[in-house]
Amino acid sequence: MPRHGVLVEPYRRLNGAQIEKAHRASLDMLLAPGIICYNREAAEVFGDGGAEVMPLDEAGGRRWLLKIPERVISEAVAAAPTVVKLGARDEDNSLVLDSREPRVRFASGSEANNWLDVDVEPFVSKRDPGKEMAFPVFSVQKGTVERLERAAHLCEHLDSWDGFLRPVNIQDGDINDANKDVNKFFASLNNTSRHVMAGLTDLGQLDNVVRMAELIAGGEDRFRENPIISFITSVIKSPLQLVGDTTQKLIEIARRGIPVVISSAPQGGSTAPIIEAGIVAQVNAEILTGVALTQMVNSGTPVLYGSVPGRANMDDLSDSYGAPEFSQYNIDCVQMARYYGLPSYSSAGVSDADVPGIQASVERLFSHIPVAMSGPQYLHYAFGLLERTNTFCPVQAVLDNTHIGMLKRLVAQPTISDSEVSECLEQVRRVMGTSHKLYVRFVRRALRSGEISPPYPFESTGLTDDTLLRAKERMDEIMALPRRHIDEETVERVYQQVPGLLPRLRVPASKREV
Amino acid sequence: MSEDIISLIRENVIQGRVNADDEGMDEGLAGQPGVNELVEKALAEGVSVADIINKGLTAGMSEVGKKFEAKEYFIPDMLASAEAVGSAMEILEPHLARSGIAAKGTVLVATVKGDLHDIGKHIVSILLRGAGYIVKDLGNDVEPQAIAEAVKAEKPQFLGLSALLTSTMVHMGETVEALKESGLRDSVKVIIGGAPVSEDFARSIGADGYGADGFQAVAMVQSLT
Repeated sequence: MPRHGVLVEPYRRLNGAQIEKAHRASLDMLLAPGIICYNREAAEVFGDGGAEVMPLDEAGGRRWLLKIPERVISEAVAAAPTVVKLGARDEDNSLVLDSREPRVRFASGSEANNWLDVDVEPFVSKRDPGKEMAFPVFSVQKGTVERLERAAHLCEHLDSWDGFLRPVNIQDGDINDANKDVNKFFASLNNTSRHVMAGLTDLGQLDNVVRMAELIAGGEDRFRENPIISFITSVIKSPLQLVGDTTQKLIEIARRGIPVVISSAPQGGSTAPIIEAGIVAQVNAEILTGVALTQMVNSGTPVLYGSVPGRANMDDLSDSYGAPEFSQYNIDCVQMARYYGLPSYSSAGVSDADVPGIQASVERLFSHIPVAMSGPQYLHYAFGLLERTNTFCPVQAVLDNTHIGMLKRLVAQPTISDSEVSECLEQVRRVMGTSHKLYVRFVRRALRSGEISPPYPFESTGLTDDTLLRAKERMDEIMALPRRHIDEETVERVYQQVPGLLPRLRVPASKREV
Repeated sequence: MSEDIISLIRENVIQGRVNADDEGMDEGLAGQPGVNELVEKALAEGVSVADIINKGLTAGMSEVGKKFEAKEYFIPDMLASAEAVGSAMEILEPHLARSGIAAKGTVLVATVKGDLHDIGKHIVSILLRGAGYIVKDLGNDVEPQAIAEAVKAEKPQFLGLSALLTSTMVHMGETVEALKESGLRDSVKVIIGGAPVSEDFARSIGADGYGADGFQAVAMVQSLT
């Protein structure tokens, strides 16, 4: 049984006419000005598929202008699967993303350079030296393979974390472009049995990564049935440009028929219009270009409509994930994906704040809730991200997990049914026959069955805010749990057949010297 | 035989089942005898009232308290069990004097003049009954003088006053004054509770105690018993 996620009654921001306008605007953009393509093979594929292709440089150059007609887009959209399965090491954790069903799964995201540790220290009041209180203290660490492993282990034990999109950039001294892919995928797969998704650093490593996934999944055929990994390709450089090397990676991934996210992340105000109509039409045109390429390379390639539109901060043109426009843009894109019948990979839950706290909580819930309500099939960025996706904080991820659990209850479809109504009428009759007229005893079954929300686990008891301290305790408990590693025999085969893996990663975490 | 039925009473207190209609915590209990039916049966079989109370009801409630402290049980569970014990005590009340067993005490409760809110009062009443006290509820919006007259007639050991509104809490003080004017103040311990009141307020009106919630109210009554 796959992980179900939460089925929502989708919130619609755009009406049908507005969706149609955005669609038409995207098609207009694809014809004029068109897409600048930095990849020769892609230009040839588009040319063969019916696009007008014009070299932008003299002979031997590396830029082509693609003018993509509506037919190319509509054929690609028709060829792309409406349902994409993201498998998992434990197949019960697989995700079946059906574009016709607004069922939301929550995943991590980004590839943050920084890892934020939270410690708890006692502080003494200067005014009253007898008064000592505990407060969180933060320290920034560099992302490493070992920290990526810890993030994967955390994912394994947090109920709401449906998909593990590597949240940490591994920057160890012994990691380089040639071995980064195999190590980040292995570190992730060896510590979580949920779906693992990541970008590809080096095209030369693609087949090694796929071989690893096949070995872990139980063979080539099993991997086809249960694709335990997928790739993200940031194939677009906004505005409207196909990047050379990433486009080549996308072509090769598509040839192999592996699930892939076509991700576009324009920034309203700098690399896209800041006005809603403009950025939505542009990001849509960019994603459709990537979708078209995959389907022309290998019809039926499982693709996700990966929309990551953001808004520029007007102080420094950095991303501003806390701005309400971030949610607006993303909701619109979820609707566009549904319009095309493509599973939606959307974005929510990031904060501009550097540390967990009030700003971080407000900003992330400002997107978590409304974007989830719009019904994307795969909502990434949802766990632990701070400092505009530059920092991953495991304690924040623990908080996010609880808040997403609450959110799932909030956005779930209503359950009023004949049996519930008759049961409640019976309760009313029984309670009205008592002297106290209280329904409290009838709460018990709902409390135990999970029908109603459990108590907030990080609640403070006094006149202090202990939320982070409690979340830190929970994170420490999880980190002390045994890792759910791949069996030793499979690890042995992986190490024999996949070059570049760091020897230390095959040692179970519990047996490693700290 | 008597051990079996007492054990069943204890288990059903833990399950919070007043009667056969209740589901309790575990699957498949609905339709089986609850505490009321089991206590009736125990009395019919000649099981001693002391054993029913001490080994059945009190032992079950003690287990519930432990589960609550361990966060295995929540307030709805505690209240359900207390309700079952309170209901059993009503059945046993006529047998207490005959068995030489005294109730822990009588508590009169009332929501004061001008106030119709009674949820908190009901919760406290259920918990007090569950703890072995006889509780008599004077109702809501009760005039100070009417409360004083009830104290005179019922001769309770405790008087519990409840108010939810800042505009009605002042009538708690008036009720204490009415008791004084009737010469009854020293005959009864007055405990107050409700969202707007506090320990300081209780002290300011001359009450004997304050309970911030149902459990504190029961603990206060027990400490003054």
